Amino acid sequence: MGMTMTQKILAEHADLDTVIAGQLIEAELDLVLGNDITTPVAIHEMDKMNYEDVFHKNKIALVMDHFIPNKDIKSAENCKCVRDFACKHEITNYFDVGQMGIEHALLPEKGLTVAGDVIIGADSHTCTYGALGAFSTGVGSTDMAAGMVTGKAWFKVPSAIRFNIVGNPSKWVSGKDIILHIIGMIGVDGALYKSMEFVGDGIKNLTMDDRFTIANMAIEAGAKNGIFPVDDLTITYLEEHSKRPYKIYEADEDAEYDGEYTIDLSKLQPTVAFPHLPENTKTFDEIKDVIKIDQAVIGSCTNGRINDLRIAAEILKGKNIAKNVRCIIIPATQAIYLQAMEEGLLKIFIEAGAIVSTPTCGPCLGGYMGILAAGERCISTTNRNFVGRMGHVDSEVYLASPAVAAASAITGAITCPCNL
Amino acid sequence: MNAKGKVFKYGDNVDTDVIIPARYLAIQDRKELARHCMEDIDVHFINEVKKGDIIVAERNFGCGSSREHAPLVIKEAGISCVIAETFARIFYRNAINIGLPIIECADAAKGIEKGDEVEVDFDSGMIYNHTKGTKYQGQSFPEFMQKIIKAEGLINYINEK
Repeated sequence: MGMTMTQKILAEHADLDTVIAGQLIEAELDLVLGNDITTPVAIHEMDKMNYEDVFHKNKIALVMDHFIPNKDIKSAENCKCVRDFACKHEITNYFDVGQMGIEHALLPEKGLTVAGDVIIGADSHTCTYGALGAFSTGVGSTDMAAGMVTGKAWFKVPSAIRFNIVGNPSKWVSGKDIILHIIGMIGVDGALYKSMEFVGDGIKNLTMDDRFTIANMAIEAGAKNGIFPVDDLTITYLEEHSKRPYKIYEADEDAEYDGEYTIDLSKLQPTVAFPHLPENTKTFDEIKDVIKIDQAVIGSCTNGRINDLRIAAEILKGKNIAKNVRCIIIPATQAIYLQAMEEGLLKIFIEAGAIVSTPTCGPCLGGYMGILAAGERCISTTNRNFVGRMGHVDSEVYLASPAVAAASAITGAITCPCNL
Repeated sequence: MNAKGKVFKYGDNVDTDVIIPARYLAIQDRKELARHCMEDIDVHFINEVKKGDIIVAERNFGCGSSREHAPLVIKEAGISCVIAETFARIFYRNAINIGLPIIECADAAKGIEKGDEVEVDFDSGMIYNHTKGTKYQGQSFPEFMQKIIKAEGLINYINEK
């Protein structure tokens, strides 16, 4: 029996010729990632271990991005804990204020994640790097601690669901609409413990930013990882961003899948996930009521990349944010921020009445920089709309693309950009 | 190894944001953190929970974030076992790694109600509902996972090896 793309990467990193779904393996890690929330817990665990040094100072990435610039004394102490650790162990890839960005936008941009890698990160959206043809998955702080010391992690080899992507998306349909459509179809546990393997002719019509968005939200369907094949666009991206060697894996022709779906991009429409689960999706023909909003957030590891900002700027240019709506735009990295400035996007945002922030995860998880009061409603390009996710338990988050969020910020109600 | 206690019952997709909201994640002291366990889904939980009590939920328990704080606060609050139809994968891994016993059993998840007295035998995977006089066969742990739980977590297990 053949192996899936994910299984082939895992087999090679476990020094095995072949693996099967359900097999427990120990794999070599190419990168171990943590942030300012999860790394202090990992350091606390490492203190209990008999170790002298980390397994490889170049293969650990520590990104201060959730509550930074420090939102309060406790978050300042967490960052200091990680900073001291990074200094003591001479961690090469430590990113603090000035160099930091939202981790899952930053690491590919810095060339730290390439095709064929096995990556664990103490952050659930670590699955983002599957867009580059890597196996990457979220773990907790204890796994991160063990990974930082040993350079290895145990995995149960996943089975896979195959998504055959065909067709060409229409003007206002982007990666976010595609992944929300898929989650709406299979549910928030539709790919539980499994890989989501994306294949098909339609992938060539997706930008790298679209692919990052899709892989990023694989976890919202319960998946262990999401993964894309490596094509010319991926190779161009890898060669522009990284000096590390990469390796291209392909699924065997006789690989077995637990299920298969065909997604025709030409049939998809802008999609919104209603509270309080990412699977509660609706297209605009199904939205009958006027849903007024108090806030719009455009950013995050899901949708804070340059293409996302360009789409938002295209819609916001020369327009005004609706009265009584706060529009918060967060470029995901310093490089994206700079590029947005050079392209004149920031001017468009500020003139429309939006604010532009330094990179941070802040509002996505209700940390800071846009907390909602009871009864308030936000349209957001982030990835979760759970109860209380962005603030008060009686607030609401609607998930959508940057195009829908920008259009809604102008009208003050959830709006399809095609209706502007 | 057994767990025994009174049941707190929840439904599908109990996510890590309601288990421990992100607004508390900067807190490092576990006792202080655990005072907010389940706060956004059940404000009475933390005042009513007693050492040994059991959480029973339905599908996809622990979905969402990778925060290990979620199983940590459940354990710190005194919960001896979580039973669910299925668990989100990162939560499952984290629970094992920190030594919080969890067990998958669809029938138990459906049949057990809030307030029932329940006992779990980890060696056999049997779940006994003493209030209703029923029993269920849950999935027992592979040996290495039992060892990790007995050692109270992966780090102690690695140190003991």
